[in-house]
Amino acid sequence: MTPDQIVALLAAAVTAGAPLIYAGVGETLAERSGVLNLGVEGIMLVGAVCGFAVAVATGNPWLGALAALGAGALLAAGHAVLTVTLGAEQVTSGLALALYGTGLSAFLGKPLIGVPNPAPFRAFPVPGLGEVPVLGPILFRQDALVYLSYGLALATWWWLARTKPGLHLRACGESPEAADAMGVNVAAMRYGAVIVGGALAGLAGAYLSLAYTPAWTENMTGGLGWIAIALVIFSTWNPLRLLGGAYLFGAVDALGFRVQLLGVETSSILLRMLPYLFTLTVLVVITVARRQASVPAALGRPYFREE
Amino acid sequence: MRRGIGVLVTVVVLSLLAGLGANAAQARPRVAFIYVGPIGDAGWTFQHDQARRHLAATLNADTRYVESVPETAEVARVMEQFIRQGYTTIFATAFGYQNFGLEVARRHPQARIIGIGPAIGLAPNVKTIYGRIWEGRYLTGIVAGRMTRTNTIGFVAAHPITTVVAGVNAFALGVWSVNPNARIRVVWTRTWYDPPKEKAAAKALLDAGADVVAQHQDTPSALQAAAEAGKMGVGSESNMQRFAPGAYLTGTIWDWREVDAAIVRGIMAGQFTSEDYYGGLADKMVTLGPMHARVPADTVRLVEQRRDEIARGTFQIFRGPLADQSGRERLPAGKTMTLKEILAFDWLLRGIEGQAPTSR
Repeated sequence: MTPDQIVALLAAAVTAGAPLIYAGVGETLAERSGVLNLGVEGIMLVGAVCGFAVAVATGNPWLGALAALGAGALLAAGHAVLTVTLGAEQVTSGLALALYGTGLSAFLGKPLIGVPNPAPFRAFPVPGLGEVPVLGPILFRQDALVYLSYGLALATWWWLARTKPGLHLRACGESPEAADAMGVNVAAMRYGAVIVGGALAGLAGAYLSLAYTPAWTENMTGGLGWIAIALVIFSTWNPLRLLGGAYLFGAVDALGFRVQLLGVETSSILLRMLPYLFTLTVLVVITVARRQASVPAALGRPYFREE
Repeated sequence: MRRGIGVLVTVVVLSLLAGLGANAAQARPRVAFIYVGPIGDAGWTFQHDQARRHLAATLNADTRYVESVPETAEVARVMEQFIRQGYTTIFATAFGYQNFGLEVARRHPQARIIGIGPAIGLAPNVKTIYGRIWEGRYLTGIVAGRMTRTNTIGFVAAHPITTVVAGVNAFALGVWSVNPNARIRVVWTRTWYDPPKEKAAAKALLDAGADVVAQHQDTPSALQAAAEAGKMGVGSESNMQRFAPGAYLTGTIWDWREVDAAIVRGIMAGQFTSEDYYGGLADKMVTLGPMHARVPADTVRLVEQRRDEIARGTFQIFRGPLADQSGRERLPAGKTMTLKEILAFDWLLRGIEGQAPTSR
């Protein structure tokens, strides 16, 4: 590989990582508050189709992105009602949401198949930064949603780690009893985290239909929602590590075809397994080492105050 | 009592009318289509649906279809259901349906099942159809070879199966017939239908220096990637021009309308031939899309000349000597490949850069 090709590979990795950052940050918020949302894949698909429909109708990708945020929030609100208010099994509710979202998106998207997107998000260089050698083409010649994804990961990390509401959110996921005793409204916190998380998953889907492959196709997420959930574990619920994980996955993803072009005799099927192998390995390591402050202690556990 | 008689009369009249309706419907051929993906607006399934519409329009056929049926036992259930409803002529439009179609055909001798070839087995009431798509790819190769400036041409290929491999090889021969120095680089996506993956593959080729990207995929994603990069692309399956009008050089198109109509007309007349049928440029099952305005007139003429020669059988695409990627001679000088040999392609020509179809 020439240096130029390596830069192109890393730029492709950053692009491919963007939807994972949105979905992963959203899932991190939900899980940090104690609610597991396995519905990401379905929410992403609904976000992708709603965002695309609105972008086609209005000719404005930003309105499409807003619609995707709204659609994601709405679906996630359903998950929140089931799991937070009614105390339903989170795994079941999440899986149902994933299946429902997949079907709903296919239904809604029927008339949109093959419709070209008149106004996708296009790449534009950041003035000045785009000209910096190496880093410029990798990080600063992307589209607006990619730029926003950097900010989102950093801001979420700072918010969770350094602010009081962030601490309260984490408390809800570690020990809802203690959070409640501190005067935190656990249910409201969890509702907020799940809904914002869902909105971000919707935006992650819209990234695919509005920027990455600007068109709607059934099942266009191709499992990215599940990878995002895996990356949250991989990153041990830390948005900064998630950023790294998303780019690592993006690089492995982009590497697949480039390795073929190098003429290296590797199996493209095996390469596709790499991110999942990483995740499995990390899971094993976490479980064996029982690192403190990794898995939110109350993850998956509904909370009702005992009167 | 009077009311009872009234009800009885109504029931009798209604059932008579229903009987008449059923008789009228019986005269129309009932034809079912099974699709492997959504119909959409382009691609393999879209082209088959064009044929279905053609049957409805020209033969007044009563047609039904089911989309996105996986190539699993699921398809047998769909076929059984169609047969129960009286749709005994079934176009099962994916290669992977064949095994299940054979089973169903054995259970229902009155059914006529038309699958996608190459045939892996036939029964008296089973036929397969496919086209020499490589004939079209050879022609698009001529255009790509003439239009490249970087002398590097990329090919986004789906699964490394024989019919795809034959297409890649024919494309390369088309390129080299007008531009012997062009590099041809292939990536395998191992999927028919996955827009992000197809696009990522095209991007990898563009980053590696290709300025024309051809494809054997179901969506225009590779073409769109080329357009975004300001480069050119060659379409596949259907007319993909409107997805990237500025970048679309030309492309191969499947046209199943006439072959499907001929089969249904035959069945209406009580005739059915169990065979492994191959169309191509000659019967226009394989055609080319519109040419980009920038393609020079002499290139267009050359493409038309070759098209006619191939259709007449006076020009053979796969002529020896042909060697594989390792340099081993596979077809000696003076020989031409038979259809059977073409359908057994599991190697790429010497000079094509990319993983061998046999690698995992």
